[in-house]
Amino acid sequence: MDLASKAGADSRANLPFVYRQYSAEQLKQVLHKMYLIRRFEEGAEECYTRGLIHGTMHLSIGQEASAMGICMPLAEDDQITSTHRGHGHCIAKGAEVKRMFAEFFGKTTGYCKGRGGSMHIADVAKGNLGANGIVAGGIPIAVGAGLSSKMMKTGKVVVSFFGDGANNEGAFHEALNMAAIWKLPVIFVCENNGYGMSTSTARSTAVKNIAERAAAYSMPGVIVNGNIFSEVAEASHQAVARARAGEGPTLIESKTYRHRGHSKSDRNRYRTKEEIEDWMSNRDPITLFEGEMREFGLIDDKGIQAIRDAVAQEIADGIEFAKTSPSPDIENIQDFVYTEQA
Amino acid sequence: MDAVVRELSYAQAIQEAMATAMEMDERVFLMGEDIGVYGGAFQVTGDLVERFGTERVIDTPISELGGAGVAVGAAVTGMRPIFEFQFSDFATLAMEQIVNQAAKMRFMLGGEVSVPVVMRFPAGSGTGAAAQHSQSLEAWLGHVPGLKVIQPATPHDAKGMLLAAIADPDPVMIFEHKLLYKMKGPVPEGYYTVPIGKAEIRREGRDLTIVATSIMVHKALEAAAALEAEGIDVEVIDLRTIRPMDKQTIIESVKKTSRLLCVYEAVKTLGIGAEVSAMIAESDAFDYLDAPIVRLGGAETPIPYNPELEKATVPQVPGIIAAARDLVKGVR
Repeated sequence: MDLASKAGADSRANLPFVYRQYSAEQLKQVLHKMYLIRRFEEGAEECYTRGLIHGTMHLSIGQEASAMGICMPLAEDDQITSTHRGHGHCIAKGAEVKRMFAEFFGKTTGYCKGRGGSMHIADVAKGNLGANGIVAGGIPIAVGAGLSSKMMKTGKVVVSFFGDGANNEGAFHEALNMAAIWKLPVIFVCENNGYGMSTSTARSTAVKNIAERAAAYSMPGVIVNGNIFSEVAEASHQAVARARAGEGPTLIESKTYRHRGHSKSDRNRYRTKEEIEDWMSNRDPITLFEGEMREFGLIDDKGIQAIRDAVAQEIADGIEFAKTSPSPDIENIQDFVYTEQA
Repeated sequence: MDAVVRELSYAQAIQEAMATAMEMDERVFLMGEDIGVYGGAFQVTGDLVERFGTERVIDTPISELGGAGVAVGAAVTGMRPIFEFQFSDFATLAMEQIVNQAAKMRFMLGGEVSVPVVMRFPAGSGTGAAAQHSQSLEAWLGHVPGLKVIQPATPHDAKGMLLAAIADPDPVMIFEHKLLYKMKGPVPEGYYTVPIGKAEIRREGRDLTIVATSIMVHKALEAAAALEAEGIDVEVIDLRTIRPMDKQTIIESVKKTSRLLCVYEAVKTLGIGAEVSAMIAESDAFDYLDAPIVRLGGAETPIPYNPELEKATVPQVPGIIAAARDLVKGVR
């Protein structure tokens, strides 16, 4: 709510939600973080291509507004559960890219000390309870965190991110039902990027909009354009307010698109070049947000360049940190299987 | 001053453990299907809802996967949930949360979280409930690093091991044989723990070691008493924990008796008996063996409904006596 000035606020009265809600400085920070997510994933992809990172990864390039918009109203001790496509969520919730790179490089300085990698990236101190390799695996866990919040009266709100694929898993339905009957402070965020691996939602899902599933669990189902930061943030604000007031969960369907394939094995045979090109050229979330910021006079070319330069430096420093960090000792292979007890 | 010791049933002992923990620690709460006013399918939670209220004795929908996940999530974020499965067979519906999440979360996150969840599984055959309500699936979970798996055989251990499980920072799976619920035994009042990972020698003997789990401990003791009349002196080890296994107690016993018989209710193949046998074969106790190791486990079949067939599916006292006698007399 810390608007730049009363006059500034008045002149923004007819602007979309976030421009009324946040200061120019805060919105510049959002743009910074959207760039940070984009460049982090591009950097990780490049490191993978060069053989510096092994395994696989699932890139969320094209979905940055969704991660940022949802996390915008969250406090530091609010919690999230994330997905295999979770790099953006992690950064949006406050993680440092150098420790994320270190994790991808399998180093002891990584968030999971090299045991988790991309698919289990987490930052518990900032409330990110972890990405998850199992589709819908984090959804019941988020409901459990919501139950803790209610029982311990901490006031924490829990966001569960998942993809369109998860909406056909039993865990999704069981979790939504329990959150609804117990009125838990949980926000279910379905980032619908159109495809569960190669299978389109049109082929996999009986309802046209996944938000319609909310009706079955007596909670609000909200559809937002996931590539427009302000739309996502506004829906998240309302859901957070509802959760904090003890009124229960919300299902937000954030319609978006991933520019890259499902994982590193994807040959993109299930969608056309034209479709991908259309989303990249006409609906890129960073381009859209940057355009609005310019239009409303909140940033200029120089400001944008400054953000890009700062992000580039942060990414370069992060990769260097990861490269020079130590690897775990093989003799410590049993660490963290069980809690060490005196 | 020593605690007062009463005779309680196994089910009462478990209920008392839960009540004791709930009184001591407000983070401890119960979740499960019909554990509230119904009292649980086997009346283990009984009247706890009246003492602790519906906020701490939570009836869940029939959602084993989701319920297990909620318990995991609550455990990771500061609570101490005890999740009751109505039947251990329903673990099959929740394996994702148990195996992929509860067991691995601490590891995957580099030690940044602990998962202090307890899951209770009423298990085993003998109730005429047929193939989907009678299984012994403890070895399934025993195969997963990150989990601890226990099978107390007496009311005393049921209370003490459950209290140890609740205090444990890691996920503990407790398999309770349904036929033991009504068995009575001495149980001290108040708080005490029986350590996870420690076997107990229930009977000392020179001629043969029987390693048994859960209800089979009692059948092995009955067999041992009968064999005593024949001059065969049997040592009976109650394994109590199948992960982490107390190897040393078994190794020392086999070195003393030179013969090993494993008795367990779960399907014989790829089970506890295989693990104990291989562990002995790999140890220095192998050189002490005077006879092949023998396993008595469940038949290679689902549990049948017909009571005579059902009985014949799992080891019984006469079979244990015969196997032990053959082993000691060198028939095998």
